[in-house]
Amino acid sequence: MTATLPESERQEARPSRPARTVRLGGDRMSFRVRPRMAAVYGSLLLATVAVFTTSLMVGDYRISLPDVLLALGGRGERLDVFFVQGVRLPRAWTAVLVGAGLGAAGAVFQSLSRNPLGSPDIIGFTGGAATGAVLTILVLGGGMLATSFGAVIGGVATAVLVYLLALKKGVQGYRLILVGIGINAMLMAARDYLLTRADLTEAMAAQVWMIGSLNGRDWGQVIAVAVGVAVLLPVVLALGPRLRLMEMGEDTAHALGVPTQATQVIALITASALTGVAIAVAGPVGFIALAAPQLARRLARADGTTLFGAALMGAFLLVIADLAAQRILAPTQLPVGVLTAIIGGGYLIWLLHREWRTGRA
Amino acid sequence: MTLERPSTVAFEDGDADDATVAEAALKRRTTAHARVHLLRAGGLLAALGVLVLCVLLSIAVGAKSIPIGTVWNALWGFDASYDHSVIIDLRLPRTVLGLFVGASLGLAGALMQALTRNPLADPGILGINAGASAAVVTAIFAFGLTSVNAYVWFAFAGAGAAAVLVYFLGSRGRTGATPVRLALAGTAVAAVLQGLVYGVFVVDDFVFDQVRFWQVGSLVGRDLDIFLKIVPFLAAGIAVALLLGPALNAIALGEDLAAALGAHINRTRTATAVAIVLLCGGATAAAGPIAFVGLTVPHVARAVTGPDQRWVLPYSAVLAAILLVGADTLGRVVLPNGELEVGIVTALIGAPVFIALVRRKRMAQL
Repeated sequence: MTATLPESERQEARPSRPARTVRLGGDRMSFRVRPRMAAVYGSLLLATVAVFTTSLMVGDYRISLPDVLLALGGRGERLDVFFVQGVRLPRAWTAVLVGAGLGAAGAVFQSLSRNPLGSPDIIGFTGGAATGAVLTILVLGGGMLATSFGAVIGGVATAVLVYLLALKKGVQGYRLILVGIGINAMLMAARDYLLTRADLTEAMAAQVWMIGSLNGRDWGQVIAVAVGVAVLLPVVLALGPRLRLMEMGEDTAHALGVPTQATQVIALITASALTGVAIAVAGPVGFIALAAPQLARRLARADGTTLFGAALMGAFLLVIADLAAQRILAPTQLPVGVLTAIIGGGYLIWLLHREWRTGRA
Repeated sequence: MTLERPSTVAFEDGDADDATVAEAALKRRTTAHARVHLLRAGGLLAALGVLVLCVLLSIAVGAKSIPIGTVWNALWGFDASYDHSVIIDLRLPRTVLGLFVGASLGLAGALMQALTRNPLADPGILGINAGASAAVVTAIFAFGLTSVNAYVWFAFAGAGAAAVLVYFLGSRGRTGATPVRLALAGTAVAAVLQGLVYGVFVVDDFVFDQVRFWQVGSLVGRDLDIFLKIVPFLAAGIAVALLLGPALNAIALGEDLAAALGAHINRTRTATAVAIVLLCGGATAAAGPIAFVGLTVPHVARAVTGPDQRWVLPYSAVLAAILLVGADTLGRVVLPNGELEVGIVTALIGAPVFIALVRRKRMAQL
């Protein structure tokens, strides 16, 4: 398959400064630290914290920074505490966790498919989840919780179906993608059919869910997504080195002692589960899974997929997009998916434009 | 330009025996090649036969059952009766439109996959559907246009503008429009446009109500003069596309080798891009964004013919036309009342066939 990360798009030809190797505990643990990468990740983290804090302050009811800090501790005025702890904090946490999950999962899918466009929808997960949710909303008339269930069931069922249909003496990446496309087309047709036959109000509700939204998320949802991310994200991050080896080609990785088939299956399952957790809470928020890994890789000038960077970038993108979604047309609350597409897409355009104009790529 | 592998090169330094063996091998290979070409041409003819059958069915079959004799008479002597009007004014234009839209989508998909050398390339990925959607949404939101005929040109212009933007963005800098650049640029542009469209949906549900029907993709209610305005664009696109086979074959060798062989890479890319805009823009304007056809039919074509673009392109055109005309006919009769839009039927009948094929054969890669 030629849709791999092309040599011309790789950045290792111009690392700004040589990497240093850091060794811990004798030689038992060692990793390479690139000054640029560390600086980029540090700034991303700071920026995320800054936006997170800002999102606790602004809104139709403004709260000053000292009052926010008081309210976080449970002191301060009752209204402040209610808005910070009961409304804005859970929403901001949902954004961070969902963003990190989608970013990391997107990086895994891109790495596995060796295609910068390979997002969770290549295995039908997003399409299945969306169809499951739309069915729940339009046919069963379900609420928020039922919709999440519908989404997860739809997504998992689709992913399993795609995997089984692609299974034939092992799963070949190319066949997996093509089967995913076929199944997705059918799911999309079913969705379009339901949307045109439903009455406008319900179709609209389904549409908003399909765009992805964080409006009115509470602590219950934060806990759900936090547990999912806490369990799955470390597994995904641990797979990073193997995945990077597999990007050099499965045969090479195999020769280097990577259990490729097992890595593939584990990576697919954990990344799908991570996406499922995120989608159940926020809907299929577009573009984070696709843009975050690309942006992180380019900013850090990394020579391959950086799962940690992708998670960090995903978290940052989603908090800032959600803040913008709340305020830009206030009091109308846009679904965050509108903004992730516009901000993420616009940022990617700018980055690509700059990179290509200077002829460095 | 033909690009057969020079099979005798390896034997140039060999002795006489080797040379004889090489000659025999070359001869065997030449006859094998001739046979394959004959087989492919035969297959194409058979596919054309199926297409003719689909066209006839599409004219003959519909919600109102009209005796086949009446259908036949209407085609050769229009007598202005109600049945004849149904045939000539409704079914015939719809069938011809389906024919052109199908062929255009198949060709556009094949061209895109060849140009970007990405098996996932389709009008969605290069931002063309998003451009058309954004323009249609603008037409409804800002100018209050509500009929398909009124926003046809918006769809066309939007598709074209998005494609030009993607191509411009992708071709900045020294190396020009490489495959992955085009795909990335297309996805980024599509995301922004889609975001704007969704934003309008949330703010104005009237627009959403209109667009959800257009977005499915349908051949219904497109009247004859719209069709006549769009067909020249589609025809021009089809003609350019079919001529591009050899040049795309050269590019498939990789840029350096293609340039060394004297292929005009940038000229080919530009011509391909123009053809894609004409085909996708025209098809989307005429029928709405029909997913799946452009993406998957070229895979089927390659599974039949192998990677030679001179065959992939015509096969893609004919197979896609069969799929679209057949799906449209089926959609008319499958529901007890009302009809199923062609965009839905293409996916529902095309996808299982596609998946079966993916499982059975090793797909020809790009």
